[in-house]
Amino acid sequence: MIRQSVLLTIVLAPLIAAILAGVFGRFIGRRGAHTVTIAGVAISFVLSAWVLKLLLVDGAPPVNEAVYTWLVSDNIRMEVGFLVDRLTALMMVVVTFVSLCVHVYTIGYMHDDPGYQRFFSYISLFTFSMLMLVMANNFMQLFFGWEAVGLVSYLLIGFWYTRPSAIFANLKAFLVNRVGDFGFLLGIAGVVYFTGSLDYQTVFEQRELIAANTMQIIPGIEWQAITVICILLFIGAMGKSAQVPLHVWLPDSMEGPTPISALIHAATMVTAGIFMVARMSPLFELSEVALSTVLVVGATTAFFMGLLGMVNNDIKRVVAYSTLSQLGYMTVALGVSAYSAAIFHLMTHAFFKALLFLAAGSVIIGMHHEQDMRKMGGLKKYMPITYWTALIGALALVAFPGTSGFFSKDAIIAATAAASIPGATYAYWCVLLGVFVTAFYTFRLIFMTFEGPERFRTDAHGHHDSHTPHESPWVVTVPLIVLAVPSLVIGWLTVQPVLFGDYFGTAIFVEAAHDTVARVAETFHGPGAFSLHALLTVPFWLMVAGVATAWVFYVKKPELPSQIAARLGPLYKLLENKFYFDELYQAVFARGSRRLGSVLWRAGDVALIDGAIVNGSAHVVGWFSGVLRRLQSGYLYHYAFAMIIGLSALLAWYVLR
Amino acid sequence: MFDNFGMQAAAAEIFLIATICVVLLVDVFLSDSKRWITYALSLLTLAGCAWMTLSYGVNERVSAFSGMYVADPMGDVLKLFSYATVAVSFIYARDYLQRRALFKGEYFVLGLVALLGIMVMISAGNLLTVYLGVELLSLSLYAMVAFDRESTVAAESAMKYFVLGAIASGMLLYGFSIMYGIAGTLQLDELAVELRSVESPIGLVFALVFIIAGVAFKFGAVPFHMWVPDVYHGAPTPVTLFIGAAPKISSFVLAVRVLAEGLDSLVANWQDMLIVISVLSMAIGNIVAIAQTNLKRMLAYSTVSHVGFILLGILAGTNDGYRAAMYYTFAYVIMSVGSFGMILLLAREGFEADRIDDFRGLNRKSPWFAAVMLMLMFSTAGVPPFIGFWAKVEVIAAVLDVGLAWLAALAVLFSVIGAFYYLRVVKVMYFDEPTDTVDIQAGGTLRAVLSLNGLAVLVLGIVPSVLIDLCVRALP
Repeated sequence: MIRQSVLLTIVLAPLIAAILAGVFGRFIGRRGAHTVTIAGVAISFVLSAWVLKLLLVDGAPPVNEAVYTWLVSDNIRMEVGFLVDRLTALMMVVVTFVSLCVHVYTIGYMHDDPGYQRFFSYISLFTFSMLMLVMANNFMQLFFGWEAVGLVSYLLIGFWYTRPSAIFANLKAFLVNRVGDFGFLLGIAGVVYFTGSLDYQTVFEQRELIAANTMQIIPGIEWQAITVICILLFIGAMGKSAQVPLHVWLPDSMEGPTPISALIHAATMVTAGIFMVARMSPLFELSEVALSTVLVVGATTAFFMGLLGMVNNDIKRVVAYSTLSQLGYMTVALGVSAYSAAIFHLMTHAFFKALLFLAAGSVIIGMHHEQDMRKMGGLKKYMPITYWTALIGALALVAFPGTSGFFSKDAIIAATAAASIPGATYAYWCVLLGVFVTAFYTFRLIFMTFEGPERFRTDAHGHHDSHTPHESPWVVTVPLIVLAVPSLVIGWLTVQPVLFGDYFGTAIFVEAAHDTVARVAETFHGPGAFSLHALLTVPFWLMVAGVATAWVFYVKKPELPSQIAARLGPLYKLLENKFYFDELYQAVFARGSRRLGSVLWRAGDVALIDGAIVNGSAHVVGWFSGVLRRLQSGYLYHYAFAMIIGLSALLAWYVLR
Repeated sequence: MFDNFGMQAAAAEIFLIATICVVLLVDVFLSDSKRWITYALSLLTLAGCAWMTLSYGVNERVSAFSGMYVADPMGDVLKLFSYATVAVSFIYARDYLQRRALFKGEYFVLGLVALLGIMVMISAGNLLTVYLGVELLSLSLYAMVAFDRESTVAAESAMKYFVLGAIASGMLLYGFSIMYGIAGTLQLDELAVELRSVESPIGLVFALVFIIAGVAFKFGAVPFHMWVPDVYHGAPTPVTLFIGAAPKISSFVLAVRVLAEGLDSLVANWQDMLIVISVLSMAIGNIVAIAQTNLKRMLAYSTVSHVGFILLGILAGTNDGYRAAMYYTFAYVIMSVGSFGMILLLAREGFEADRIDDFRGLNRKSPWFAAVMLMLMFSTAGVPPFIGFWAKVEVIAAVLDVGLAWLAALAVLFSVIGAFYYLRVVKVMYFDEPTDTVDIQAGGTLRAVLSLNGLAVLVLGIVPSVLIDLCVRALP
């Protein structure tokens, strides 16, 4: 039996730590700040792991209970409550584990930063928000967590708030997420409209009721209510999980410090959309149109965002594009109803992507805050621990057989191949070619950074740089090693139960007709056989081809890439400019809305509202106020007279009427 | 012997009057340096009253003294809240009084007598008992306003308060007497029964107008509000604090006991009258407050507007409405003692801190107390998640429930106008330069209680159910 107090402790420990570090940061100092926050997150992690053990080993029933009723309005209960089943417990362990690693890592990374306590306060607050999100048993709390993680993300992207680029990036993230959240909120509103409840269980019980309804958004065209709701909810997921076309904020979010890129913009927050869709699987399963939409959006993201990683030179941005691409893979899995595969990939990705980010951060520390890969090279010799752990992360990312990423990604590709809903063929080609792309950009990063000539020796002016890179301190390398272990083995250990076993139980619901995972399971005969068999499949050879190409381009013949870039001029330019998404949004939405704003401002605000309503009414009120004030003459007989007048008026009105 | 007259229902009052006599006697023999004993005794008295009320608490209506006196759950809740309010007022007042050589027994003794008046009103079962309570409270307050004998302004406002209060009491009593003439009883529960069978309401309405005028005066509602700004402004700040807090509870209970219990059958009539008074109060209070530069005067007009909101709940004439009004009263009292407490916190020798400009740049001097004032002002303006927001929501919902949508819309409109002058205080604190560099001199107790006061506004706003449940228990 899982007790409520345990769950409350899991959630509240990081919150209290965040408050201590944030509000009393000046008093408890740097050491105090990192001690309390690490202690808070460690408590959460240990208890989360214990909860997972209770659910898995001891067979405790899932918890679904309200903790506190905030208010009841129109029979809609707004509550704080926990739904902890195996899906939630898995997320809790992943979130708290990665968060713990990142907390420790931050001690080294932010060592000289004046905002040390603030940073720890924020990441602890983030952990609290994320736990609230995944543990919610109702839409209200889900939305609370959703917005809270968004807020912390905003604060952390703009952590170095004196940099204009950071402020631009956090505003961008905020605005783009607003678009997604708008859809999400409408989706929740739709759920409440049809079911009158915010509670997951009640809503899921009434899902047939929603499915029986249609609604008209454009007059004359009937829409399935369930399709509309699911697509709206998915728009929310698109914003948070950075799917095309709402992906533009994620690469820019790299303006934030690296630890949060690892924690928030790779391992946890951006997967909230994936988690949410998996949680809502009973709803999504009822609408094939919604699933197709999810599938196509995910496939597009998986392939085309990967392409962008091939040409970028900023080490963090390359990893950011790979995150986009991997999120696309997870979304594809959702689209083909392989929810368990999506969550499985979410888990393995959380480990190896956090690892890659932290390794990138370690390189950045070693290079004295240089992020351009063209100025690196040959670092293998100077930073061996970082190199080997990064290599493990890279192998997992490219799905080398046996690593954790291999099991999850191959399962997604196989599930996509087995799917038959509209868009599945397109998605299959996208995820298949994506394998080559992934392998190429990942090993491009490894080769440019760790192999080849030591380009950092000469800077732009041609004279020698005296800074030799050095391995990072233990607080940085220990988290790398701790993360490298699951990156390597977690897939092997858990693929059987999580993916093909009955791990999720009732937490995830799949219609029999959509059950692609079951079809993949027919060919699954244990992780060893799965890995061996992979050597004969197309994805494996595509991966090898990708790695080989990267080797030729960046180790063997480093002059080749620029020649090819020159040959493929327009295409290269298209990639270099990220398909012109930013320019398009700048021109259409940013400039357009500013122009619209300016028109409305001049016509509406200045003339009508400011002129007539605000200033006008303020003048009237002010004038009136002045006049009435004069009535307060200070003379007693005036006051008495006013009372008599009032009394007489009341008398006259009510008695003589 | 206690049981014969049901005296234990009035145990707290009996205890209070006995200890008032003790405090009065002890105070006579104290030198000025030992005056803290009076202060401590007063606080102990309040604690004793709370203990009495808690231990003799009732679960249902009990009458005593042949029905002149009633004890009910609502009374217990209101009394306990009054003790707390008076205690906080005393604690806030101490530093200020000491610094100005006003630290005398009068303030505390008169305060306790006023409390006795409030308690008598709370437990009144008869129109005469009501009147007794009203006068006991009023006379104490008149004297309190004037107790700084050096100040001519205070004397002037005490005089105004007394004369106008006497007129209002006269109106109230006149209304009662006509009521007695028609119904033949002063007993509130009997009155309610008798009035149901009265044929021609013309005489009743005549009496009702006078009673309403009296009640509105005690509330400080327009057009019987003229005393409020002058008295708030003229009285020493601790007295203003006192007047602005606990007596509001008595005004609320006056309305509930007389109108809701006694004159229940005339609800249609007094609802109309209260609508007019409420709208005028919200309008005049909010609009005139904008033109004020003195914070005490501004808060006086703000009180007038809040009274309009409390009346909204009462005029709904439903149990939900009374509950909402009660909740609003509690919320208002918490915010009001906090706001005046802030003035007392900043005040020092030769500096009253009662102008809005005196709050300039407070954020530089003390970010924490600027934040406390910010919370108080936001709450008073009705910004979520503070308590003032829920109070407004409750009364507006009560009015909506009885189908007065236009009135609800007006209330919202006036609270928007009102937001202006509260936000101005915030603006001055955060965006203007401080005019001096003198630090806050107030003592630790004041700081601590005021901090709790500010936090209460936030916490009770985030967890509104605490206070709402209390109101539900009082008025089930």
